[in-house]
Amino acid sequence: MAMHQPQPDLPPPVAERGALKWLRENLFSTWYNSVLTIVVGYWLLSTLIPLIDWAFISAVFSGDGPEACAPGAACWVFVQQRLGFFIYGFYPDELWWRPNLVFALFALAVVPQFLPIAAAIRKWLAIFGLTGLPVAAYFLIAGGHFGLESVDTSRWGGLMLTLILAYVGIIAALPIGTLLALGRRSEMPIIRGICVVFIEFWRAVPLITILFMASVMLPLFLPEGVTFDKLLRALVGITLFQSAYMAEVVRGGLQAIPKGQYEAAEALGLGYWRRMRLIILPQALKIVIPGIANTIISLFKDTTLVLIIGLFDLLGAVKSTLSDPAWDNVMAEGYLFVAFCFWVFCFGMSRYSHRLEKNLDTGHRS
Amino acid sequence: MESDGTPLRPGRPKPWNDPRVRAVVFQIIAALTVAWVGWTLFQNTISNMESRGISTGFGFLNSTAGFGIIMSLIEYDETMTYGRTFLVGLANTVLVSGLGILLATVVGFVMGVARLSSNWLVRKVALAYIEIFRNIPLLLQIFFWYFAVLGTLPGPRQAVNVGDVAFLSNRGIVLPKPIFEPGAWLIGAGLAAGLVVTFFMARWARRRQAATGEIFPVLPIGTVLILGLPLLGYLIQGGPVSWDIPALGGFNFRGGITAIPELGALLLALTLYTASFIAEIVRSGIESVSKGQTEAALALGLPPRRVLRLIIIPQAMRVIIPPLTSQYLNLTKNSSLAVAIGYPDLVNVFMGTTLNQTGQAVEIVAMTMAVYLSISLFISLLMNLYNRAVALKER
Repeated sequence: MAMHQPQPDLPPPVAERGALKWLRENLFSTWYNSVLTIVVGYWLLSTLIPLIDWAFISAVFSGDGPEACAPGAACWVFVQQRLGFFIYGFYPDELWWRPNLVFALFALAVVPQFLPIAAAIRKWLAIFGLTGLPVAAYFLIAGGHFGLESVDTSRWGGLMLTLILAYVGIIAALPIGTLLALGRRSEMPIIRGICVVFIEFWRAVPLITILFMASVMLPLFLPEGVTFDKLLRALVGITLFQSAYMAEVVRGGLQAIPKGQYEAAEALGLGYWRRMRLIILPQALKIVIPGIANTIISLFKDTTLVLIIGLFDLLGAVKSTLSDPAWDNVMAEGYLFVAFCFWVFCFGMSRYSHRLEKNLDTGHRS
Repeated sequence: MESDGTPLRPGRPKPWNDPRVRAVVFQIIAALTVAWVGWTLFQNTISNMESRGISTGFGFLNSTAGFGIIMSLIEYDETMTYGRTFLVGLANTVLVSGLGILLATVVGFVMGVARLSSNWLVRKVALAYIEIFRNIPLLLQIFFWYFAVLGTLPGPRQAVNVGDVAFLSNRGIVLPKPIFEPGAWLIGAGLAAGLVVTFFMARWARRRQAATGEIFPVLPIGTVLILGLPLLGYLIQGGPVSWDIPALGGFNFRGGITAIPELGALLLALTLYTASFIAEIVRSGIESVSKGQTEAALALGLPPRRVLRLIIIPQAMRVIIPPLTSQYLNLTKNSSLAVAIGYPDLVNVFMGTTLNQTGQAVEIVAMTMAVYLSISLFISLLMNLYNRAVALKER
């Protein structure tokens, strides 16, 4: 008996599958897109190929001095030779183990947060990072106690100083900003007024004028004989500046919490601080994680401004070595190195905030 | 149960437990603390200034400055007063902020739209641009452009020559300068007439379209008017404009308009940095318009270009405007980083040189901060007015 045998399916046309289909849909869908692809592609290739060649292929990565470098190629020897200065500033060589120990403690507190280990351990490490670490870091880096040699803050510098400024700024700005935001939402008119004026003032002026004010005018404000360390002044300026921005971010979260939550918390008989701590803030802060992350990132980038008042942070340290006549024009290498360092930190923080936002998203939407 | 006819009433809480009493006490304490801190600072400042022999008041604004400024939009030389240096700095700040806002908006919108392009390559290039430029400190970008890029340009003698009229060197870019001769007023008049006529034509066309549905080609006719009327004026007067073309003389260029490299580097860095933030704002604004809007507009028979202009952009603008405002404010405040490379803005000239020469820190810092406060308030006011105009009209 002859049965009808269907022919096997033909494969899809070449232009409708695999890489060709992807190319056609994503790069050459219309004549306009094709022109755009070709122009942009040509421009990319013509800039990227020489750039990659300059930065990696013909670049010199290690050597003993300026002679090791080749003309027309990146001279990373410069960065390699000065790395110690870029990381520790003028901190004495024989005491580098102290900042190194702090870096290790910092890694101990931070790295496990990204690893899949017990939540309780991560929590305790985070608490250590926010409380114990700054204290330990102060005693280790500044010295002067427990038989450690004292190192003046004017000798701190480089990446170490950048991280100190950023870390202290972050762990101080978040609580201060939260308090300011609560104050701005308070029902007491005088408290609210003080917070509004404070926040709006700091937000309206550039950070650089604040740092100037801290270095020029602060001595005028204080009683005679009282002086502050230059580093501390910069730190206070940056912290107060960013806490005003943080306050506005947190206020956004507070306003997004439905009124029912406030009323329910009150109906449970909780006092103001417990209401805020147990009911409102956990929800409000969770909503504004992207905003908090943005503020933290901008604080991190703003730490570079301290070089204008004469502190040697990472950018300041690199910039001060660029004028060394022994090295023949290493501007681009130096600045690209700093840019890479900052980029890694900032990009990492923004990725982490995305992840945190996803992990904490419980699916409850207002 | 005891019942003497009086209804049960909760007793008043003890004063230290009564929220109203507490509120009053807290506020009094806060007010007193602020007043005390303010008074102490004031007292300290007065006594410190007396002991250091710093004079007070704004009299210094009328004394001779005695220092030069490398770039000034208004007339200035060393014999003028400190008050004049304030104005010079302010004008330079306004110039760089205004140009920066304009350029950053253009670049930001282009990049934000490119981020949503159907072309994979364009999308990825825009993404790379945004992620690179917004994660690097602005100060570093300013240094990079100033020292590593513009600083390595050749000197005036080996300047990059653009058609023998413009020159690019490490002293900046020199452009030909137009010199207006007596009859040139007609060109300006033509431009003004073109703008006014186009404005009223657009209003009339909008009303007519709302009433009858007929479309009037405002864009091409307006372009012809705005460009054509000044040209007509130029031709009627027989070409009343001549050009002062820069020429190499000695070690620098003579004639023409010079844009100093400090301005170029600052503008480049501010534009690229702020535009990366604006691009993200624009992208999220466009993405916030629901797809149903596009589909409904296409179903109404609107061609795709009009869908973008009439349906998507007006709705996206509502989401875009508030964060865009704060980016404009950031750019204005960030322009004060000029001090790091020596562009003579307000902070550099007034809070820097003038403060160092006079020592009157309190007055000068207060004036500078007042300027930034007013610029902030002014930009917010403008953007709030615009925001009100485009906001959702709920009836």
